[in-house]
Amino acid sequence: MSILVIAEHNNAALHRATLNAVAAATQIGGDVHLLIAGHEASGAAADATKVGGVTKVLYVDAEAYAHALPENLAALVVSLAQPYSHVIAASTAVGKNFMPRVAALLDCAQISEVVAIKAADTFVRPIYAGNALATVRSVDPVKVLTVRTTAFDAASLEGSAPLESVPAAAPYERARFVDQELTKSSRPELAAANIVVSGGRGMQNGDNFKLLDALADKLGAAVGASRAAVDAGFVPNDYQVGQTGKIVAPQLYIAVGISGAIQHLAGMKDSKVIVAINKDNEAPIFQVADYGLAADLFDAVPALTEALD
Amino acid sequence: MFADYGYFSNRLSCECIRNPTLKILVPVKRVVDYNVKVRVKADGSGVDISNVKMSMNPFDEIAVEEAVRQKETGVATEVIAVSCGISQCQETLRTAMAIGADRGILIETAVELEPLAVAKLLKALVDKERPQLIILGKQAIDDDSNQTGQMLAALAGMPQATFASRVTLEGSTAVVSREVDGGAETLSLTLPAVVTTDLRLNEPRYVTLPNIMKAKKKSLEIIKPDDLGVDVTPRLKIMKFVEPTTRSAGIKVPDVKTLVEKLKIEAKAL
Repeated sequence: MSILVIAEHNNAALHRATLNAVAAATQIGGDVHLLIAGHEASGAAADATKVGGVTKVLYVDAEAYAHALPENLAALVVSLAQPYSHVIAASTAVGKNFMPRVAALLDCAQISEVVAIKAADTFVRPIYAGNALATVRSVDPVKVLTVRTTAFDAASLEGSAPLESVPAAAPYERARFVDQELTKSSRPELAAANIVVSGGRGMQNGDNFKLLDALADKLGAAVGASRAAVDAGFVPNDYQVGQTGKIVAPQLYIAVGISGAIQHLAGMKDSKVIVAINKDNEAPIFQVADYGLAADLFDAVPALTEALD
Repeated sequence: MFADYGYFSNRLSCECIRNPTLKILVPVKRVVDYNVKVRVKADGSGVDISNVKMSMNPFDEIAVEEAVRQKETGVATEVIAVSCGISQCQETLRTAMAIGADRGILIETAVELEPLAVAKLLKALVDKERPQLIILGKQAIDDDSNQTGQMLAALAGMPQATFASRVTLEGSTAVVSREVDGGAETLSLTLPAVVTTDLRLNEPRYVTLPNIMKAKKKSLEIIKPDDLGVDVTPRLKIMKFVEPTTRSAGIKVPDVKTLVEKLKIEAKAL
């Protein structure tokens, strides 16, 4: 049995989510090959050779792979898929985008957001915004999985896998990357942070998120938000934690001015410790919080920031 | 085994340049209403959805709204809503037509459809109807798969733009902004193409009573998977369903000082 994991990277470096995907692959057992498809991606390829549990790194350098366009990436993966029993990627925006294309071209079902591996063909995944867990067995020849990164510990960086160049697939002409606009932040990445401070509608406006920024800076935390805060334009979309945003499972999650709708809980209820600060004593968030403080956030957050000195 | 994926076929795109009509196909799914908290059946055989409120998947509402807006601005000429599933999906199609879709198609089956099966059904319908754009929701809030649009694009050999927050049609091109981890990116696709909607794309309109009445008179065609020559047999065997381990409520602390102490000493989280 051998497994192909498709790495996520920005050409210069490997994305952390790849380490979780490799960890899931090693749980299944067998040879784990890691594919780096990029353009001038020697940095990412060098990172990939160090990932623990990887037996070989497949490297493709072509302009077509510069921006992870799914048409190109899927065609490449399908061209390489023949010997593999499993094809795995992290369930990030990139993984969710190209993997179903791979599955369809292989005429296999895809199993999305796998949170546990029961056997080589049996997997657990959440449905209904995390309100139920389904155990499913695949009868397909190739198991195509995306794995929820927060459900698997990251693979170590103590490996030394050989690098092998593989040929590029023919480029797809009908999709073209135009440009991108990334949110700049010096804070840790939301999905990988140890501590997350999130704000909801109760923040009232974007300016007030400065209160959370100050607290986050003190804690070395990432800042997240509920959909209400994103929709109201307080913070950019990529801050959103929930069923349709990012799934996080940090050591500490501090929910500020967030009521705790089903869709938000889906994105954070696997956090180790949950703190809720909300002036509404009846807010549903208190039903999942380990520590709840029923208080006005405009008093409590600055006080908390100060108390951490 | 991996022979022809239709990847390099320009046939459809040439046709659409000559064709003055721009048809949009919008697949819609009937799901448990997003406000309902479902329960797993005691025997683990499934999720209890009897007697709960069903609605159109929220992402699909956004897809219908987007298609109708493209028609209202004169870019698109026809909007076709399609749903795959049991007879009651007709209600979902009527809702789509009340928002403004011109006609509906139900691909009726009692089989529990997986995304791959839906994608194959839609591919067969795309071959028949030849839409230049297919707009789907990015995921259904019941199975949370986030697969169907991408699978359809693959099977039809079309380009895709998932998680769209803005769609601009210009001649034979769709310029789409999409939500990615860390920000946004813009793609340019040659039609025909597949787009899946993010929540940010638009705010769906409320359906009015006159429009609901009008929708009742619109055409609703019913076909079967067999008519399309598609095998919809599931590929995944559901072994069991369980409730996730529930978190119980912790304690309420009276003030910030106690909170910091608890986090430091009891939870060791700071």
